[in-house]
Amino acid sequence: MEGERDMTQPIPWNGGDLLEEVRRRSGAPVSACFQCHKCSSGCPIGPEMDYLPSQIMRLVHLGAEKEVLDSRSIWLCASCKACGTRCPMAIDIADVMDALRILAIERRIDLPDARGKLFYRSFLGSVRRHGRVYEVGMMSAYKLRIRDLLSDMDKLPRMLAQGKLSLLPHRGGGVRQVREIFRRSEEEDGKS
Amino acid sequence: MKYAFFPGCSLESTARPFDLSTRAVCRALGIALEDIPDWACCGSTPAHASSDSLAVALPAFNLQKAQAAGLPVMVACASCYARLRTANHRIGREPEDRRRAERITGRPYDGGVEVRHVLDVLANRLGPDGIRAKVLRPLAGLKVACYYGCLLTRPPEVVAFDDPEHPSCMDDLMAAAGAEAVDWPFRTECCGASLSVTHSGVVGRLAHRLLTMAREAGADCLAVACPLCQVNLDLRQADAAKAHGAFLPMPVLYVTQLLGLALGLSPEALGIDPSTVSSEMPPANRDAGAAGVGGGKS
Repeated sequence: MEGERDMTQPIPWNGGDLLEEVRRRSGAPVSACFQCHKCSSGCPIGPEMDYLPSQIMRLVHLGAEKEVLDSRSIWLCASCKACGTRCPMAIDIADVMDALRILAIERRIDLPDARGKLFYRSFLGSVRRHGRVYEVGMMSAYKLRIRDLLSDMDKLPRMLAQGKLSLLPHRGGGVRQVREIFRRSEEEDGKS
Repeated sequence: MKYAFFPGCSLESTARPFDLSTRAVCRALGIALEDIPDWACCGSTPAHASSDSLAVALPAFNLQKAQAAGLPVMVACASCYARLRTANHRIGREPEDRRRAERITGRPYDGGVEVRHVLDVLANRLGPDGIRAKVLRPLAGLKVACYYGCLLTRPPEVVAFDDPEHPSCMDDLMAAAGAEAVDWPFRTECCGASLSVTHSGVVGRLAHRLLTMAREAGADCLAVACPLCQVNLDLRQADAAKAHGAFLPMPVLYVTQLLGLALGLSPEALGIDPSTVSSEMPPANRDAGAAGVGGGKS
């Protein structure tokens, strides 16, 4: 598979920059991982991942930035927290995955699979505009971004019939304040 | 017993039935709910996976409003619940997280507002005995697989109202309602959550695994307490069957809908819709006493 590392070749050691960056951003004791693989054993998404969670941890130790930031795994984590709950070293691996996604968005122009990033952008754009998620608008924006308007359209009639989708946005009264929160959050994220 | 209620975005749309049934059950049990005025989205996964600041600030913004009202908070959505609890956890322990949340929201907040999930309030505050006393129409003969999913019990240092690997509070509530809670192994396995949007095939595989296991354990239906679990497990059954093999359709109901039926509330008042998978319940199970579950007559 493209992007997959040949594990017989040594990985160049880059001095621990990635490890320190991930530790700082996730707040997790990343270097404490001793490769027991408990996280990978219980990961519900393991079968779809290119690197299992414990392999991602090891690649972070080794400073293999390219392998980690270009992996599909970091976008497939569902944040179910089974790994972190079971980790004998109390490493919240889902928080590590979050830190890696944020790093990948910052450092990569082209992601091998941009669906996660585009979904987050569509979702947060909706919240910024309306204060709450307006699902029909959010999903349309996302599907335009991934150029796939047709998937899951078969679910629409039933959801509309059940009153589970509304065609107009719900607005909280605090939209102005929410926009201010977004603006200041961007400033704060820029500081780190 | 009074709470500031944080409905969250899903309860206004895909999880309307969870909103209706939560409010109806609370009313029937004497729990007063007052919506947090002008609440905003908690940020959910898109915030915590793309902006650390938003992930703390959006929950803090809502919790400040509850603090102003002087009330503890009750949440129904498992994802909102996890985000609000996580923000409290971080703000209460990390001075820098607190300072940042206060800079962004422009208001003081110490992370001190109590946040409880509706399941926690029903099972631990009211208790199964308090509920059993109010049951008018026991769900006798109905076999329920209680599905907790991921965020109601994890991570334990943040949520902590039930055991992270072997939770039982929903089972106790279903028993109090007269149903039989079946023993099954996947009660805390993830359904794939928001991968439903970006990688729906993964959710199809997970849903297939969960639903067929629940059926194998003898369940007539699944009880859930999370909007994303309900949508993923209900809406993707046809996709799951197509990709991974046919199985008997499984009704997926909110725990509050089942509880509401036992308390004598009507299916309409609980948002039980005949067009959900539940109406396809096989006759054998219907005869076993699943009265009202399919939106039918009791």
